[in-house]
Amino acid sequence: MKLNELTIDQAQEGLFRGDFSSVELVRACLARIKKADSRIKAFITVCEKKALNQAREADQQLRKGIKKRLLGIPVAFKDLFVTEGIKTTAGSQVLADFIPQYDATVVRRFKEAGAIVVGKTNLDAWGHGSSGENSAFGATRNPWNQEYVPGGSSSGSGAALAAGMCLAATGTDTGSSIRLPASFCNLVGMKNTYGRVSRFGVIAMASSFDCPGCLTKTVKDQAAILEIISGQDGADATMPDQKVPDYSRILSQETGSLKIGLPKEYFNRGIDNEVGDLVKKAIRKIIDLSGGEIIPVSLPHTKYAMPCYYILVPSEISSNLARYDGIRYGRGRDKFGDEAKRRIMLGTYALSAGYYDAFYLKAQKIRTLIKRDFEKVFSKVDVIMAPTSPTLPFKLGEKTNDPLAMYLSDILVCPVNIAGIPALNLPVGFSKNGLPVGMQIIGSQFSEEKLLRIGYTYEQATEWYKIKPKI
Amino acid sequence: MKKNMAVLEPVIGLEIHLELTTRQKMFCRCPADHFGKEPNTQTCPVCLGLPGALPYPNQKAIEDTVLLGLALGCRIPKKAKFDRKNYFYPDLPKGYQISQYDQPFALGGGLKLKIKNETYKTIRINRVHLEEDTGKLVHRLIGGRDYSLIDFNRSSVPLVEVVTEPDIASIEELIAFGKKIHQLVRYLGISPADMQKGQMRFELNLSMRPREDRKLPDYRVEVKNLNSFKFLKAAAEYEIKRQSQALIRGQKLLQETRGFNEKKMITFAQRSKEEAHDYRYFPEADIPPISWPESAIRRIKKRLPELPEAKQIRFQRDFRLNPAEAERLTREKSRADYFEKAAVEALRLKLEPAKIARAIINKRIETAHFSPIQLAERIAGQQKLNKTGRSDTTALVEKVLAKYPGEVNRYREGKIGLIQFFIGQIMKESRGLADPEITRTILLKKLNQEQNF
Repeated sequence: MKLNELTIDQAQEGLFRGDFSSVELVRACLARIKKADSRIKAFITVCEKKALNQAREADQQLRKGIKKRLLGIPVAFKDLFVTEGIKTTAGSQVLADFIPQYDATVVRRFKEAGAIVVGKTNLDAWGHGSSGENSAFGATRNPWNQEYVPGGSSSGSGAALAAGMCLAATGTDTGSSIRLPASFCNLVGMKNTYGRVSRFGVIAMASSFDCPGCLTKTVKDQAAILEIISGQDGADATMPDQKVPDYSRILSQETGSLKIGLPKEYFNRGIDNEVGDLVKKAIRKIIDLSGGEIIPVSLPHTKYAMPCYYILVPSEISSNLARYDGIRYGRGRDKFGDEAKRRIMLGTYALSAGYYDAFYLKAQKIRTLIKRDFEKVFSKVDVIMAPTSPTLPFKLGEKTNDPLAMYLSDILVCPVNIAGIPALNLPVGFSKNGLPVGMQIIGSQFSEEKLLRIGYTYEQATEWYKIKPKI
Repeated sequence: MKKNMAVLEPVIGLEIHLELTTRQKMFCRCPADHFGKEPNTQTCPVCLGLPGALPYPNQKAIEDTVLLGLALGCRIPKKAKFDRKNYFYPDLPKGYQISQYDQPFALGGGLKLKIKNETYKTIRINRVHLEEDTGKLVHRLIGGRDYSLIDFNRSSVPLVEVVTEPDIASIEELIAFGKKIHQLVRYLGISPADMQKGQMRFELNLSMRPREDRKLPDYRVEVKNLNSFKFLKAAAEYEIKRQSQALIRGQKLLQETRGFNEKKMITFAQRSKEEAHDYRYFPEADIPPISWPESAIRRIKKRLPELPEAKQIRFQRDFRLNPAEAERLTREKSRADYFEKAAVEALRLKLEPAKIARAIINKRIETAHFSPIQLAERIAGQQKLNKTGRSDTTALVEKVLAKYPGEVNRYREGKIGLIQFFIGQIMKESRGLADPEITRTILLKKLNQEQNF
């Protein structure tokens, strides 16, 4: 097996045992980037020299027997995470030359754990999009089939990880952006509870929705990283004082018999047959493994989720992007792409005097109703399961001329962001034409450990992560 | 001229901006003390509004705001939140200012003003809210070209805004109110409110109505950025005159925002209602709403010091001062504290505290040079000197006059200013123990007596 195709867990074992060095591991990733990234376009910036220097230092520490949790492991950051001294573009021409002076909390914690930064990954500019096609630096392609999108907005992170260019990559999930690329690329990705992981240093899309997190190859890796990046940092005021469990240690504990809610509103909609079949098969498998039952549930306000999302999110965007006013960062507002402009205009309109009550305020009320929908359901069931995307990955260009069709790719994932609760995407198999399909397990506030345990049980029995795309 | 327009009166509301002197800024940990500092040396990603940075509220600033609210008799709502006020300006790095819109920290309340002798009037307070200050633009000619420079040291310094109801009816009330607020915040110790440092700034809202009219005028003129009592007064005077003349001419006045020219001491048009900003206020999602348990409010209430009025009454009672003396001594908290310590010591020394009061008020003794206890002791010593040793003072006077015959002659030739010189010398001889008033009396007697011979 190639080193760059290892999971973090496997690589760590090898590094600690001295089977290979961090330099070798990093070189394997860099070689894959060199070989394939001109086509895949997963990276905006590759830090070859810095990464190799860091790897040499990591090797020295490894030789001394130092055991940091991610020591010598090559990772990539979505280009919304600011990195000290490394260009951070947000996927937009507006920040094409921006070099931050500080590290995001998540970046700092990765570095403190010994991780090595191989580069910054491509994305839909500012996180606006579901396909990666809104990047100012070219659309990322899906390593499983390069005619297809990898899912967005963490498109580069999904593609880079699936293609073996790094061992983990960060993402942000404002309305689907970790789960959709995870689903389209046969990866594990969790949208964490709002406030679980610090947003400090993550270029803001919609402040009350943004959830930083990670895409990993396995649930085990996901748990290890969540443990490192979770918890208060004294810089993000929206984080509650919530204990961080030892996610990786409790992973193998029994889940117990499960009450699994299937929302009729999610399964009634036009779900692709292949997707629906694979998801149902996975749910049956989970029941076989853990015991439990399916309980039909209802989330009656689901139909208002998209309108609610597309009022509140652009409103926050219009304000968050105001700082790119052409005075600093060297580039003017004319450098914003169409999608950012569209959202700035939508949001500015929704917040204007005379419209605020009809739009923003009303959408806030709907947000409360959607939250309550979930609370009610979670009083009856342990978790909700549903497809992550109603369709298989789509082709590049398929939805670019129809923003509404693009927005609807997120129809099953957005309500989770509105409610602020966690959801884990798990790979559940492949379509007949070899495209990955994902399922999400949704839980109540701060139930990440439960989601990870269910995911781990399923992962051990299925091992979809062992199947790799041909690059 | 319309008949009913003959007698017009001003309707005035005031907005007061106060910089809190917390150690750290409002939303980051940079030092808040920015005055006179090298530009852009007290900044960080947060107060520069860099991509990804987030505000983290300063609890002390929030509590100071609540304290001011309590001191103004406001209601402290159980829930408060921050909002974003969106507008573009080069000194505003995020493109919005974090402020409070519909759920401020304090609502309602009032401040009682003494207008004439025993007449009081309460100016109602609409609200007290907390926001962040902006950066500062400096316009310079560099190498023959105009440049606008931005200093972000002030960016995100906590700024409290007190908004009154339009209850102020004259320039006298306006200035009295401003001074009262100034005194209050200094008493609370939340800001020195030094106007030269921009720690206290005013926004004036003024319109005119016929005296018999009870309803508010249908327009309002706002004058921004007034940073001294002098400018506040001048702006109000100018506006009263300008608006009265316009109304008497039969002109209709419109809602507008005006600036103030500090050189010409006049206001000038800036923005009409049509050009007014739509700030698109909405809740600041980066900061969770603040809920106050009763216990927290009680804890802050405990920080409320004795306020000037209460202190005045107590001084009159405990130290047997007259109202005028008590008022003079309680204007500044530091002075009141100084007096009180000296007065307590005076009581112990069986000295009338009123003597201390008079000594401080008449500036007979340089208080900066002595501790309150020293002051009491000195005055007690003087009293001893005066009571038992009036002859001692006379002896000192004679000694000094004998020592400076030339000066005595020149005094007698008409250089009467030399009296200060003699008093100074006598004080020096007595090591400060002589009473200057008594010394002066004896000295004058001596100098004139001799002349009469």
